[in-house]
Amino acid sequence: MLTKRIIPCLDVKEGRVVKGIQFVSIRDAGDPVELAKFYDEQGADELVFLDISASHEGRETMIDVVRQTAATLAIPFTVGGGIRTLDDMKRILRAGADKVSVNTSALERPALIQEGSDYFGAQCIVVAIDARYSEEDGTWMVYTHGGRNKTPWSAIEWAKEAVRLGAGEILLTSMNQDGEKSGFDLALTKAVREAVTVPVIASGGAGHAEHFYEVLAQEVDADAALAASIFHYKETSVAQVKEYLREKGVAVR
Amino acid sequence: MKIGVIDYGMGNLFSVEQALKRLGCEVIITADEKALDTADALLLPGVGAFPDARKRLAETNLDQYLQKAQRENRPLLGICLGMQLLFEQSDEVTPTKGLGFFKGCIKRFSGSQEGQAYRVPHMGWNELIVTNRPAWLHNEVSAKHVYFVHSFYATDIVESELVAYADYFGIQVPGIVTNGSVTGMQFHPEKSGELGVYLLEQWLKGVKAC
Repeated sequence: MLTKRIIPCLDVKEGRVVKGIQFVSIRDAGDPVELAKFYDEQGADELVFLDISASHEGRETMIDVVRQTAATLAIPFTVGGGIRTLDDMKRILRAGADKVSVNTSALERPALIQEGSDYFGAQCIVVAIDARYSEEDGTWMVYTHGGRNKTPWSAIEWAKEAVRLGAGEILLTSMNQDGEKSGFDLALTKAVREAVTVPVIASGGAGHAEHFYEVLAQEVDADAALAASIFHYKETSVAQVKEYLREKGVAVR
Repeated sequence: MKIGVIDYGMGNLFSVEQALKRLGCEVIITADEKALDTADALLLPGVGAFPDARKRLAETNLDQYLQKAQRENRPLLGICLGMQLLFEQSDEVTPTKGLGFFKGCIKRFSGSQEGQAYRVPHMGWNELIVTNRPAWLHNEVSAKHVYFVHSFYATDIVESELVAYADYFGIQVPGIVTNGSVTGMQFHPEKSGELGVYLLEQWLKGVKAC
């Protein structure tokens, strides 16, 4: 039976992990490779690196991070942030990442999804969607630039279009829930999951282990759940979340 | 031990190279037959579409080289698309003949089983269930899951060639197949944590014993 995946996300700026991390067992808590290793040992099923570097040098540094991570880790990982062209994808994937995730750049030029998918296969292309509920539209709408700009796409329609263009997976973040720690957006996740045939990763809102259960269990049935701060700040661990899911009868590794 | 990774322009070879190096192997990544002749074992990787891969193997004459390697009983491991290429045929994009070391046909997951819809690709960690244990595979470790990512799988295979499978919505997805000196792994051992490392290690021990 295919298991549900727990995916920690690391924000990396100029080659360093941002958001304070307090792990005694890690020599250098700002080193993405060290932290990746820590999460691997904890039982993380995959990792996501989000490169939030603003500078060209920062992006170059990310390539080194990817290479070192691939040389160290024996689990898959995805890299997102600032990927605008097929060449950007090539650089990241050839450095050893398993998947790339695209967000704003795919909305600006949807053909990017198709180019990547044709070249590397759909399994390498993750489309990240930032969605927020709009009273006016009566549905969840897609936002770009970290949630500043509203697009004309509803999350459901954009997810379907992304899959049609060749996305192999959808990384769905609820902007309403993000940072709230009150649980994933179950209605949004369920709606998108039912609209597409590829795996859906739920993101935004994880506060404790029960939240992972809610979004991964039969009713919503997300394929994976992603979280950042609750793992970084040790509010819970990947191992604890998996133990809880196992007790509740959810198949995990 | 020297492993010759066959470079025919398909897929990311960095991770598999690193995994083999961590296990103490010398790794050469090449399409040069003379260089490949010096390897103790061959590894056929692959990510992408079957017809493209088959075409590139033919253009580079590496298909002939692999046929010869199989006749000479040289150890060969195919991973993911590299495993699928070892079968008789694939239906991906258009029916295409494979290398034919294993009987069977590569088909797409239909996306529904007994009226129940399931996700394609088969992506993530699935339990590996061992059916026949080849000489190179000793007892398993406590880890049971390996990482799969694929939309096509081997069907109509010979039961005795199956080593282990994964259950995906009632479908028996061949995970490891073996026939003589040739082995295929549908999942990515280099991305499969503890069990993946163990399986690669066991396969390498089998190579050493050859």
